[in-house]
Amino acid sequence: MFDIVGKRLWYFCISGAIILAGIISLIVFGLEPGVEFSSGSLLTIDFEPSVTTPQLKQALGELGYASAIIQTTGEGHFLVRLPELTGADRAALETALTSKVGQLEIKGFDSVSPMIARETTRNAAIAVAISAVGMLLYISWAFHRMPNPFRWGTCAIVAMMHDLLIVLGVFAVFGVTLGWQIDLMFVTGILTLVGYSVNDTIVVFDRIRENLLKSGGIDFETVVNNSLLETMSRSLITGIGVIFVLIALLLMVGASIQNLIVVLLVGIPFGTYGSICIASPLLIVWRKGEWGRFVGRRPAAVAVKGK
Amino acid sequence: MRANTWIFWLVLVVLLLALLVDFPLDKGVLGHRGVRLGLDLQGGVHIVYRADLSAVEPGTESAALDGVVAALEDRVNPLGITEPVIQKQGEDRVIVDLPGKAISDTDKERLSRVDILKFGELISENETATWENSEGRWKPATGLINGEVTDLTSRYFKTNTYVGQDNLGQIELHFEWDKEGSELSQQITTRLVVGNQPLGIFEGTEALKGEDGQPIAPRVQAVIIEQGVITGLSYNEASRLSKHLNFGRLPVPLEIIYDQTISPILGADFVELSVKAGLLGIAAVMLFMIIYYRISGLMTSLALIYYGIVLLAIFKLFGVTLTLAGIGGFILSVGMAIDANVLIFERMKEELWVGQTLGAAIEAGFKRAWSAIWDSNITTILAGIILYWLGSSIVASAPLKGFALTLIIGVAVSMFTAIMVTRTFIRPFVNTSFARQKGLFAPYQKKEGKNV
Repeated sequence: MFDIVGKRLWYFCISGAIILAGIISLIVFGLEPGVEFSSGSLLTIDFEPSVTTPQLKQALGELGYASAIIQTTGEGHFLVRLPELTGADRAALETALTSKVGQLEIKGFDSVSPMIARETTRNAAIAVAISAVGMLLYISWAFHRMPNPFRWGTCAIVAMMHDLLIVLGVFAVFGVTLGWQIDLMFVTGILTLVGYSVNDTIVVFDRIRENLLKSGGIDFETVVNNSLLETMSRSLITGIGVIFVLIALLLMVGASIQNLIVVLLVGIPFGTYGSICIASPLLIVWRKGEWGRFVGRRPAAVAVKGK
Repeated sequence: MRANTWIFWLVLVVLLLALLVDFPLDKGVLGHRGVRLGLDLQGGVHIVYRADLSAVEPGTESAALDGVVAALEDRVNPLGITEPVIQKQGEDRVIVDLPGKAISDTDKERLSRVDILKFGELISENETATWENSEGRWKPATGLINGEVTDLTSRYFKTNTYVGQDNLGQIELHFEWDKEGSELSQQITTRLVVGNQPLGIFEGTEALKGEDGQPIAPRVQAVIIEQGVITGLSYNEASRLSKHLNFGRLPVPLEIIYDQTISPILGADFVELSVKAGLLGIAAVMLFMIIYYRISGLMTSLALIYYGIVLLAIFKLFGVTLTLAGIGGFILSVGMAIDANVLIFERMKEELWVGQTLGAAIEAGFKRAWSAIWDSNITTILAGIILYWLGSSIVASAPLKGFALTLIIGVAVSMFTAIMVTRTFIRPFVNTSFARQKGLFAPYQKKEGKNV
């Protein structure tokens, strides 16, 4: 049988390296903030007949909006990011653009003041933090028959943080290479991922708990390893099932929920990996007090035993 | 067995009720309304105002905000929005949601204007007119406050205007000025009472009109200092005017801090596409499950359809508003519905592999998967409740609430489906000839991972 947990040092190194790279890109590049996080106005404009991006850019420059960020979402469809506009500014801009560029329709308008922008970031962090504490407490209670139940909760939350950090790092890279901005859908994706990740870990932990109760003195590491093998196909099948739904949504609905879907497409594989290769091995490390022993550790002798 | 029969009937009754809600025979009763779409899906205007409470006496901030809400409600009414939402948020904010259609910039500007009504007096030959109508040419009625020329507007009314009747049954509109208003009123009415000149009432560039379409311009009969009465109006005119005077001013100035306008067309496309995509995704999941788990997979697929039918019915029945953020909650709850079924069938598979009969494997599979399903679902529901609470208090965010509510309902329905429904669907196979072919219910066991 497969020895999964014996290679835990490797998983920690791999995850550590990915997260480190992610944190570095978060510090160096940061996330590319959308209008909800940095204040300003976002206009969805349709031109009929169609115009080109340079035409629009030039017109906006002449009107004093040289800093405008223009993004095409299709033939004649544009997203234009501007400094915060008042209603009157917007009406003036609409008239001026119509005479300079051509017939247009403003399909959507978002205007966010710096105050709201600051709060959005803060609120997202509060939501993740408080729900994490709530889940930590519940898991610790649910595993109260195990020795040190608090460890189980902590390991599940650490694995969840691991998944979040990886996704944040990936989005920092997307931001700097593809110019992807994070928006409210990104936050929704993060919240969804928090739920998925913890849920995935609990299922694995549940099996470890069950096997421990009937293990009758088998080594803890072996019990964990067997439990991971037993739940492996479930973890993969559930992950694949959700990814089917995500791909369908991404292909058919597209741009408006792209961030939500991409957060999950990146996060779910790492979430599955995190439950198997981070959360459960962490339990072993904590149980065995191996924190200081990673350097020069001997290969674990895993006794594989049938039931 | 009795419990099983009971579950069977429960599953059936829930299904029939849900179908009745989803596809009602009489469309007028339930089906007509359909699922409610949030502003981000059906289009509309979402504005967050911040009230400047610096000039308000400490302790009365909340009352001032209530005044703002009442005034905004009064101002939104004539726009003909079906279900406007105007509510306080936090200590100094007011949210205005106007679903369904975009409103003009003029209307938007009018919402947050401090004074709605202005008062005017007739001008002499050589002055320029601010307003002109059938009653004559007008300029703003002004007086001096601390030596400064000040317009008389609806901001100086106390908000206790009411409609009454005098001894003869004639309609009277009673009003009261605040301190500054009293000063202005004394100066203006002293001037206008000579020859009983009219006092014009204007909203924007237009005179306020009565039921006969004529401008309302009461003649000044006496010097009015603190309190006064307007007579000669019909009951409807008087009550409308009294509302305008009570709400025609905002107690405090407003600043727009969030302004979002979404085109309804964008929303319509979006909903249609999402529904199609959701169906396509679930179809793909079903196909995958059937290939992997055979008959069990087919039963899972039926359970997923059941899940969809009941979820839709609950959304319609309780008027849950679907939002863009709700899609996240939906994805997670579908994931958990899939997961619950997978957990059960994985356990069933293990039982079959160690030689159990189908019937025993089903019961053992459900029993042993239960603790995992329970703990993971309860954790998720708990997180959902925390997020909902945060969204309606500290963080005050509609998207967060939408996400949490969809998640809570979705996970609750998914638990019911996994535990009650899938089992009911698969039990009938127990005493058939299918039951002996275990390969139909679980993938064949691989040689190497054999449990002894």
